[in-house]
Amino acid sequence: MEGDISPIVWSVRGTVEMDVVVWSLEPLVAALRSAGYSVVGPTVKDGAVRLAEISSAAELPAGTGDAQEPGHYRLTERDDDLVFGFAASPDSAKRFTQPPRQTLFRMRDREIEEVEPEAPRVALLGVRACDLAAMAVQDRVFLGGRHPDPAYRRRREALFLVAVNCAVPGGTCFCVSMGTGPKATAGFDLALTELAAPHRFLIETGSERGAEIVTAIPHQAATGDDVAAAEEVSRTAAGRMGRTVDTAGVQEWLPAAHDHPRWDDVASRCLACTNCTMVCPTCFCSTVEDVTDLSGEVAERSERWDSCFTLDFSEVGGAPVRGSQRGRYRQWLTHKFATWFDQFGTSGCVGCGRCITWCPTGIDVTEELSCIR
Amino acid sequence: MHPMTPAPYRVRSRRPDRADTVTLTLEPLGGPCPPFLPGQFTMIYARGVGEIPVSISGRARPGAYVHTIRAVGAVSRALCRTRRGDVVGVRGPYGTAWDVSAAAGLDVVVAAGGLGLAPLRTVIGELIAHRSRYGRIGLIVGTRTPLTLLYPRELARWRDAHDIDVQVIVDHPDQAWKGPVGLVTRLLDRIVFEPRRSAAFVCGPDVMMRAVAADLVRRGVPAGRVVLSLERNMKCGVGRCGHCQLGPLLLCLDGPVVSYERAAGLLAVKEL
Repeated sequence: MEGDISPIVWSVRGTVEMDVVVWSLEPLVAALRSAGYSVVGPTVKDGAVRLAEISSAAELPAGTGDAQEPGHYRLTERDDDLVFGFAASPDSAKRFTQPPRQTLFRMRDREIEEVEPEAPRVALLGVRACDLAAMAVQDRVFLGGRHPDPAYRRRREALFLVAVNCAVPGGTCFCVSMGTGPKATAGFDLALTELAAPHRFLIETGSERGAEIVTAIPHQAATGDDVAAAEEVSRTAAGRMGRTVDTAGVQEWLPAAHDHPRWDDVASRCLACTNCTMVCPTCFCSTVEDVTDLSGEVAERSERWDSCFTLDFSEVGGAPVRGSQRGRYRQWLTHKFATWFDQFGTSGCVGCGRCITWCPTGIDVTEELSCIR
Repeated sequence: MHPMTPAPYRVRSRRPDRADTVTLTLEPLGGPCPPFLPGQFTMIYARGVGEIPVSISGRARPGAYVHTIRAVGAVSRALCRTRRGDVVGVRGPYGTAWDVSAAAGLDVVVAAGGLGLAPLRTVIGELIAHRSRYGRIGLIVGTRTPLTLLYPRELARWRDAHDIDVQVIVDHPDQAWKGPVGLVTRLLDRIVFEPRRSAAFVCGPDVMMRAVAADLVRRGVPAGRVVLSLERNMKCGVGRCGHCQLGPLLLCLDGPVVSYERAAGLLAVKEL
């Protein structure tokens, strides 16, 4: 994570010098709530792990696992009581930093009035290293350039991030290949590692406000054994990636491969459904919508998520620049892995694997890249 | 302030240019009209209809932008229908500029296709302002029909008063038309310039720019001195909507003005 662009000053190792251990997450949830945060964490809903507001740690999906493969997502029952025994869920943190829809301004007669952006104090519980990396990518898009977005900054600053170091990567995960995980190393207020036998959580502190929360809950200093066990969790997870991809030199070879026959092949399988872009934690493209009230006096303009897979995304003068599925898939993949560097100095992919899991035809970016390389 | 919030601008004057084209002079209701460089664009918002990027085609004093707009879509139609005193939203200016002074001491070719003459009007303005710094200046203009030709009176003035060789070609002649018919590249034979000591400013549809730029380079104009103004779908103008990508470029930030040296390889890839 590039601290120079992050809106938060992360003081890794804050006032709590040592890692601590807690035996339950209930006091943490309570402390965050009394600090004025709505706590949003993973819950089971619609047959998937979804982010929702919780009032108690009991609402977390203990004992729930998942099976993720290309075009496949199923919840499973675990034979342990791990609270975070699953991989990336379809919801990423993106909707909290870049809302799916936000009102920009209203215009009436001669006046243009900005709409005060909502920046709720939310504590996100269970953010994975890949999603922290994705936030750092989005920070570059919305804060790093010549036109920083104050509304994004406010939302970002209002987020309290409780990371969880992945213990059980999914079948479509490849954060190790992208250098973003599985262990969260920066960009969080607190980072948990769930330990078994006995069941407990090791907490690392990443910011002053994180330290304040830790001070407010019952905890004990972590022993050398606790720290070693946490390191083992991350080491084991790193060895269990469902997928790998070699992106060495991708910035050169991918754009140069614009005529590769594989684009036709993948285009024949791609439905242009936009699922990959909707679940992607870094995809930032948006469009605008205008509505007018019934009187015609007040017009409102809003921004909403868009996808480069739609035809009108590239429309100029009545015709799309990228009229074929081939052109649109090539744009998405090439942007994500290569031209993102030119524009924002980083890869657009963090290896969370969501685009693979949620592709209805199971298109696997790691496979496409290895075929094109 | 959010980067996508416009400021209210009043339509100070509205001049119909052609059947479907209007030139608007827009001035801020309050506050300054930020300075612009030739080639830059603004985002213009028609209340309740939408917002489009429009190249600035001139400066009006005191503090106003001149925009020539052709009614082709919902927003441009709404803007063309505005009347004097109406209020629209404007933000910008954005994007890269034509470096006209880099052509000092050289012959200059200005090539316009259709509405592409509108942004090039600021280039002509710069050339005229310092006419003696430049060598021969040839302005070649391609237009659909004689009636869609932009700025006919100004074209005549540029030719008569400022020593600019102005040549016009049309796709579809009418009975009164006595000039050449066909593609604008044909006009490169009608103007005089020394290719190796020339700079070119080109704006028009992609296909026209590709043809003109390739022809100029073939004649010996260095690719780095052939400069284009590119157009892609654009929703934000500030590098956050993703719509205006051309390979590695975000044309709202890295364009619209891009050298052919940079753009040639990108424009050669279909559907990039």
